[in-house]
Amino acid sequence: MGQFIQLFVDGLSNGSIYAVLALAIVLVNQATGMINFAQGGMAVLSAYATWWLTEHGLPLVVAILVSILLSFVLGGLIERFVMRRFERGDPDTAVVVTIGLLTLITGICGWLWTYNNKQFPSLFSLKTVDIFGAAVSVRSIGTFLVIVAIMLLLQALFLGTKLGLALRAVAINPQSAAFSGLPVGRLLMAGWGLAAALGAVAGALVAPQLTLTPGMMDSALVYALAAVILGGLSSPIGVVVAAWLIGVLENLAAVYVHFIGYDLKVAVPFILIFVVLIVRPQGLFGRKVVVRV
Amino acid sequence: MTLLELESVTASYGPVQVLDGVSLSVPEGGAVGILGANGAGKTTTLRSISGTVRAGGRILFEGKDIRGKRPEQVAALGIAHVPEGRGSFGALTVRENLRVGAYLRRDRKGIAADIEFLLDLFPNLKERYKSNASALSGGEQQMLAVGRAVMAKPRLLLLDEASLGLAPSTAKVVYDAIARLRRESGIAMLVVEQNANLAFRLVDSATVLETGRSVLSGTTAELKGMDEIRRAYLGG
Repeated sequence: MGQFIQLFVDGLSNGSIYAVLALAIVLVNQATGMINFAQGGMAVLSAYATWWLTEHGLPLVVAILVSILLSFVLGGLIERFVMRRFERGDPDTAVVVTIGLLTLITGICGWLWTYNNKQFPSLFSLKTVDIFGAAVSVRSIGTFLVIVAIMLLLQALFLGTKLGLALRAVAINPQSAAFSGLPVGRLLMAGWGLAAALGAVAGALVAPQLTLTPGMMDSALVYALAAVILGGLSSPIGVVVAAWLIGVLENLAAVYVHFIGYDLKVAVPFILIFVVLIVRPQGLFGRKVVVRV
Repeated sequence: MTLLELESVTASYGPVQVLDGVSLSVPEGGAVGILGANGAGKTTTLRSISGTVRAGGRILFEGKDIRGKRPEQVAALGIAHVPEGRGSFGALTVRENLRVGAYLRRDRKGIAADIEFLLDLFPNLKERYKSNASALSGGEQQMLAVGRAVMAKPRLLLLDEASLGLAPSTAKVVYDAIARLRRESGIAMLVVEQNANLAFRLVDSATVLETGRSVLSGTTAELKGMDEIRRAYLGG
């Protein structure tokens, strides 16, 4: 029983990493209608910025806040000067551009800071507390709580505020949005800026656990995309629950399902995706899109 | 007093000249139709006003030339464009669509009162208030598109082919509701419509376009009396 709880809790902790990235992907999608594959890379760049600031003597919390601000600006600039050209065209082209951005940003991080691991200071203590016989680090609990807070904030932003409604409207139909007087360009920039800022939070939460390297987020991105499909692109709560589910299930499967083991556990989220896409294509929590013609 | 005045407006898509001298005017509170065959430039005329295509000539709204303004700036001046194809926000509910329409307004009470008015004008929308726009029928989406435009509290409504793809009975319901909207709100309207019979239920006068030029204009009664109008647009 102790082992089960430990696996479960560790799974939630891993799942939280996927969750925060998945939230950023949902944010961009709701605000621009796009899937941004560069989200992981942008989070890594933000993490490097935070790390660089702490190396230059800034306290960690201040460094994180500055990095969030810089990321917001950078996200907006990327939208304005890179993505803007592709938004009106074929959505597939835009997706490929984000993949290109991912490669580019990873390369820039490697060039500036080398591919060697960097030790990233942790925001939360590494002490562990005992919960039902499982050792849980304060860091995991802290990460968990921050993610729940972000999730609720995003849900409230999209469903309860005028800004959230405007962001969604622009993503769905920019032309109609403009006819209603919405400042389309500025809203798209804000959407990317917010997602990049969220990426900075993600980077700061994840980097201490994964150690900072340019490719730090690559595998987390794969899991995050799995969570996005599983939870439904339109639901912040859905993707977080899905990310936790993935984290827990892959941990349990690795230990209790013998032919899977630790080597094959990466397959678990993909098996889940297959099942979900066949049974419930809109995701576990997503809204079904009904179109009448 | 004249609200909108188009003087020899021109526009082109790439090398193709679509408008070649369109002139018309809409008085304050008036409703003017634009008639014409496919490709005559009706939709492009509306687009040149709302800033979605670049135009030459002069487009005066309340006496000021609004050419070169972006669509959201034109909207802020009080011109609401109901585009061909309705332009619904499919993944948003009817309620959210109407809220988006009211984006530039700050008067909560006025917004609530206008939603109330619209749901009374279009009872179908009241029943579907919490449904996604994508789940509405064509007629309901057209009502929603008009509703969204009205939520902006415009001075001028640009209405593009509101009958497109609707059953004749539905199109009549939509036009009668818009006529009532006009009576009760006093919003001026510029109405593009293939079906002149429908347009004449709503407008006081109309301009006929042929290959991008205004060739004829007159009051509804005058136009109805002309043989060539009857033959071309009113089915004999």
